Amino acid sequence: MLLVVEQFLNGLQFGLLLFLLAAGLTLVFGIMDFVNLAHGSLYMMGAYFAATFVAWTGNFILGVMLALGATLLLGIVLEFVALRHLYGRDHLDHVLATFGLILFFNDAVRLIWGPAGLALPLPAWLTVPIAILPGVYYPAYRLAIIVVALAVALMLYVVVMRTRIGMLIRAGASNREMIGALGINIKLLYTLVFGLGAALAGLAGLMQAPILTVQIGMGENILILAFVIIVIGGIGSIRGAFLAAIFVGMIDTLGRAFLPDLLRQILSSATASTAAPALSSMLIYLLMAMVLVVRPEGLFPASRR
Amino acid sequence: MTASLNARNLVAALVVAGLLLLPLYTSISGNVFALTLFTRIVIFALAAVSLNLIMGYGGMMSFGHAAYLGIGGYAVGILAHEGIGSGFVQWPVALAVSALFALVIGALSLRTRGVYFIMITLAFAQMAYYVASGLARYGGDDGLTIYKRSDFGGLVNLSSRVQFYYLCLACLLGGIYLIWRIVNSRFGLVVQGLRSNEARMQAIGFPPSRYRLVCFVIAGTMCGLAGALLANNTDFVSPAVMYWTRSGDLMVMVILGGMGSLFGPMIGAIVYLLLEELLSQVTEYWALIMGPLLLLIVLFGRGGIFGLLGRLRRG
Repeated sequence: MLLVVEQFLNGLQFGLLLFLLAAGLTLVFGIMDFVNLAHGSLYMMGAYFAATFVAWTGNFILGVMLALGATLLLGIVLEFVALRHLYGRDHLDHVLATFGLILFFNDAVRLIWGPAGLALPLPAWLTVPIAILPGVYYPAYRLAIIVVALAVALMLYVVVMRTRIGMLIRAGASNREMIGALGINIKLLYTLVFGLGAALAGLAGLMQAPILTVQIGMGENILILAFVIIVIGGIGSIRGAFLAAIFVGMIDTLGRAFLPDLLRQILSSATASTAAPALSSMLIYLLMAMVLVVRPEGLFPASRR
Repeated sequence: MTASLNARNLVAALVVAGLLLLPLYTSISGNVFALTLFTRIVIFALAAVSLNLIMGYGGMMSFGHAAYLGIGGYAVGILAHEGIGSGFVQWPVALAVSALFALVIGALSLRTRGVYFIMITLAFAQMAYYVASGLARYGGDDGLTIYKRSDFGGLVNLSSRVQFYYLCLACLLGGIYLIWRIVNSRFGLVVQGLRSNEARMQAIGFPPSRYRLVCFVIAGTMCGLAGALLANNTDFVSPAVMYWTRSGDLMVMVILGGMGSLFGPMIGAIVYLLLEELLSQVTEYWALIMGPLLLLIVLFGRGGIFGLLGRLRRG
């Protein structure tokens, strides 16, 4: 029972983290119609920035804030220098260009920080276990991730649905020529959206960093998961991304936690322990394939457009 | 289709002649490494050429083409591991399994279009990747060493560097010839027509999915052959050959060389892998140069190398 609660919370936490990553991806995709494979690199950069700034300032919160700012800035520069020239091009061009960026970022990190991974140590007040139910303890840091991610998700909803900027973003998604003709600086808007997406990816990366190590290529596996999420949820739909992210996070975590035991019932122990992780990783892709076959537009297609 | 002497055909002819004469150079200079390198290049060129059939001519942007490299490779590796060393068994099995995989995932994937197609092919390739990592009996994540290359009796000896190189080159040129025949056949014209305007092709009575699926299977089978060659070349097969960045590499080769041109992907593969090799000799951080280079090619060099050559001629 204890294990179930804990794994359930782990699944929720991982799902929310995936949502932060997928939200930026789906915003950029839905609004600029841009496929950004380098989104995972921004996730990685967020983690590296955080590890550096926290070590540099000696203060966790300050370091994290600086890292967020740095990722935001990096995203804006990237958009301004290169990616904005690719809007309106073929998706294949996006794939190729951002594939090049992944190569670049991986080697740039190797050059600057070295090939070995970094650790992002937590401050003492985040490492204490907290009693969520009588007798059930859960790490404070993982709870903090859940709280922060939920807050960001709420903020994102308010910004997109309730503010003027959000209105412009939605308008830009449905008809970019028209909003340009009405005198809105659409280029600036796009840069802002891209920067926002980058900051969200960076946030996801730096929050994941203390749990796993900060290493080269950390953004690649999780990027594919984020793509799976936006395809399942329906491209351009933040609500769909949210639900799909929680769903995928749960499947991944619960699959990893309980599949080995389940498989051991039918297979030999050694076979089960190698087959289970592979099978639980496959479950997600299987789910995506099923969704695409049944509903090619995703489960919650963006109603606009 | 008569071949006229223009910049493209000249370059293609020179490259093919160069590839044919390469073993002569290596045996005179004793530069064995060049032969090993080019064997690898020729194999990847075959994979890129097969991807071009669906991507360039068929308009199907598959982001999971490396899956066939792994499937072809694992077919050879697993059979060898189980004691079946004959290439006459291994290779047909490799081709058949690749074709079957392409048939199944093609039938499902082709229900989607555009970026969804890119993503679903990627998902299927990742599934294949995880299946391979889960094969505990055949090495799992660590991969499978192949102790003996495919045995073709007295016909061809794969352990001989030169013979193996010529076998790979023959497969590549055969593949290009096959694609040339396909593209200029009625079937190929239908597939290209579907790329340009699906509604019209449907209106004049061609079922789009069936034609696309056959094209998809041909490309997958051809890439499965490249996988069988690759496994023999490295004497090893691991899930890493199916990883999504490998599919990305193949896409880059096709686009770099020129999508939808007969010899473009071959040239793209040669340039990409040579560049990787040369840059990694200059600096450990070769991707630091390669990455921005790709970006520049996308930004300014539309149509790839073959596109540039085509523009050269027009002046």
